[in-house]
Amino acid sequence: MHTIKHQKARSLYPTFDRKAPGADVSHYCPGCGHGTVHNLIAEAIDDLGIQDRTIFCSPVGCSVFAYYYFDVGNIQCAHGRAPAVASAIRRTHEEAIVISYQGDGDLAGIGMSQIVHAANRGENITVFFINNAIYGMTGGQMAPTTILGQNTVTTPAGRLAANEGFPVGVAEIINSLQAPVFVERVSLAGPVKVMKARMAIRKALRNQVEKKGFSLVEILSPCPVNWKMTAVESRRWLENNLEPVFPVGNLRDLPKGPFDQVDKKKARISDRKILEILGVGEEEVHTGTVRLKEEQNFKIAGFGGQGVLSTGILLANCAIAEGLKTTWLPSYGAEMRGGTANASINISHETIGSPIVSFPNALMVMNLPSLDAFEDTVRPGGAIYVNSSLAPRKVRREDVTAYHIPASDIANDLGGIQCASVILLTVYALVSGAITIETLQKVIPLAIKRKNLVDLNMRAIEVGIAWHRENCPKEEKTTEV
Amino acid sequence: MGQHLMKGNEAVIYGALLGGATHYFGYPITPASEIAHAAADLFPRCGKHFLQAECEVSSISMLYGAAAAGARVITGSSGPGLSLMAEGLSYLSGSELPSVVVDVQRAGPGLGYIWPEQSDYNFIVHGAGHGSHSGVVLAPNSAQEMCDFAYKAFELAERYRCTVFILSDAYIGQIMEPVELPRQIQTNPHKDWALYGDEGSRHNLLSSIYLKLEELEGHNLHLQAKYKRMETEIVDFEEVLTDDAEYLFVAYGISSRICHSAVGELRKKGVKAGMLRPKTLFPFPSVRLRQLAGQVKKMIVAELSNGQMVRDVLLAVQGVVPVDLYNWMGGRIPSTEEIVLRLQKDLAAG
Repeated sequence: MHTIKHQKARSLYPTFDRKAPGADVSHYCPGCGHGTVHNLIAEAIDDLGIQDRTIFCSPVGCSVFAYYYFDVGNIQCAHGRAPAVASAIRRTHEEAIVISYQGDGDLAGIGMSQIVHAANRGENITVFFINNAIYGMTGGQMAPTTILGQNTVTTPAGRLAANEGFPVGVAEIINSLQAPVFVERVSLAGPVKVMKARMAIRKALRNQVEKKGFSLVEILSPCPVNWKMTAVESRRWLENNLEPVFPVGNLRDLPKGPFDQVDKKKARISDRKILEILGVGEEEVHTGTVRLKEEQNFKIAGFGGQGVLSTGILLANCAIAEGLKTTWLPSYGAEMRGGTANASINISHETIGSPIVSFPNALMVMNLPSLDAFEDTVRPGGAIYVNSSLAPRKVRREDVTAYHIPASDIANDLGGIQCASVILLTVYALVSGAITIETLQKVIPLAIKRKNLVDLNMRAIEVGIAWHRENCPKEEKTTEV
Repeated sequence: MGQHLMKGNEAVIYGALLGGATHYFGYPITPASEIAHAAADLFPRCGKHFLQAECEVSSISMLYGAAAAGARVITGSSGPGLSLMAEGLSYLSGSELPSVVVDVQRAGPGLGYIWPEQSDYNFIVHGAGHGSHSGVVLAPNSAQEMCDFAYKAFELAERYRCTVFILSDAYIGQIMEPVELPRQIQTNPHKDWALYGDEGSRHNLLSSIYLKLEELEGHNLHLQAKYKRMETEIVDFEEVLTDDAEYLFVAYGISSRICHSAVGELRKKGVKAGMLRPKTLFPFPSVRLRQLAGQVKKMIVAELSNGQMVRDVLLAVQGVVPVDLYNWMGGRIPSTEEIVLRLQKDLAAG
């Protein structure tokens, strides 16, 4: 036999001021199930000794005022969002007991996404779902759980499957997921059933204390006022009409969850270690103090996969190592032309304003479409570095300096076509003087993780130097090649 | 000192972690996804929480929960995601919970596309979501400021118990620049009002519902007084050659970078151009603009929208000086040269 305590639970406030200052009855309507469930939860909180640890997430609906009753930490949530709010609290305080208390519109209507995903993550929280098959606070409208034929103010002729669909079985939906440990549907239709509800509520909370995982109790609850019945009639109606649609009973009671809740704990990492992880105070590769002949507005373009973006990053890193200011911006929006990938790199002694290079003074093109797309944008007096293996035509402009380098062919001979762009970059470095070969050699091993690729790119630099030596006699550097 | 070449979207996460962030909740969206990528990598490695939420409605609700529990919590998104967050943003303001929200603006409306725009200005600056509310809005224009603003955002959010927005754009998110990282990690202070699941915080209630008219009115007045206070305490802006400027650009984010170059080019041509760049869009630098209105011949607001910030400028200068709008939409970005030519043309036309 269970003993029924008649004194008020300690975790309920001594008076219910929502009703009236000093009131000892709740603001809930006569015969409403909320009061019963509040008592059962409060009693369980008392018995488990978790009052101080409990954070109660109240919903939108009649029980929005749960914080007037529960003498625990309280937060009021947006309509349907309590399980997301509870999930975040769970992940903030490992020892807190987090309760999400929701009605049928809140949980099964507007908040269906939040409840399903919180359950699916197996959050170690407890959800109490009050299913009274109607919207209470807003005045008796249809709920997702309203049964077929049931009259509400928004289904005055009765809920019709063809128009409003079927009542939603929440316990069954949650039971279809892998993560929950406990799913039970109970009813408040009579004293024996209330005792079963009491057991389920305690179990669902105890599971959380024991860090087992996600528990949900669906409670079929009367709403006499909106059902337009007396309290006694409403209990009979609940038993005869709701219970056949929403069968009571335990759907799941696992001894432990499918994963260890400890997984969601975070190791304590010291500030010193965090600074190390983030690279704060790392030593800088500082080689040169290059004086630029002019600010570099550099554009590199080619097919995706030709290392266009990464070669641009390499150049920007070299510029930083030279003590220069730099920006890198990938092809984007209207800047993306000719179906090619491109990146804008600025290198300057001064603070750089616009990072967008519309009119480059140095253009590196890895293929023909890029040459076609950008040749005309180069500023008079600028330079174009052409991968002539894949852009076999000559530069047509006469007011720029062109370097036609069969970079892909040379790279192929070296054993890796991916280093073609570094050959071109080497020639650019030597011609422009914007970065030094020494810096390029220092930065490449830091920028490229794979050892064999580092070696390949180091050889690419040598080949680039050799090409420059053979093809760019000093006096020709300022004229057309 | 070490400089790290990184994207604006990455820098914001470095700044957040060094600023004491404990939680990241978010849903991926281009062009903000690198924020989630960096957070997914770095938060767990630093012993902090990262969770990809099922949608932005949930991620902002998770911010609400974590902030209520005393965490330093941040999310990143773009326009379509921010629209979904409107509900939660209103609740965060109503319950006065501190959080940090990064908006990497893309072109709209609807799905629009991933190109840059600055068309979330009205939505973010003038109160995202229902009710009379707002938050601090910081407007970075470099990867460095993405880091720096995230670094200081939590302290601001807690000082005013409000949301701090970092209103960025697709270019400032995607740009890579050298970033110098702050060298100290900020600590997350204990908050008297937060829920810690212990005896000391048991009587705390976080809610935005007020049943008595006088109480809700009082709450609203309290919020507005707080926003008003920000104007004198934290308004921030950068001035470029304003001392003798006759033509003043007003721009933020990527637009301000282009205008900065345009000012340089115009000066070379003998045009006395200058720029005021708001670093805080809320509070807005209205007082300084009003002062400058008495000095310059014209203000030119350059923005990537239908003209949203321009209304705040017009309100600030109150007709004292003509205000022109140079604007672009749909992802179109002007070149420096375009802006220079346009102003020269306008001046020639008188």
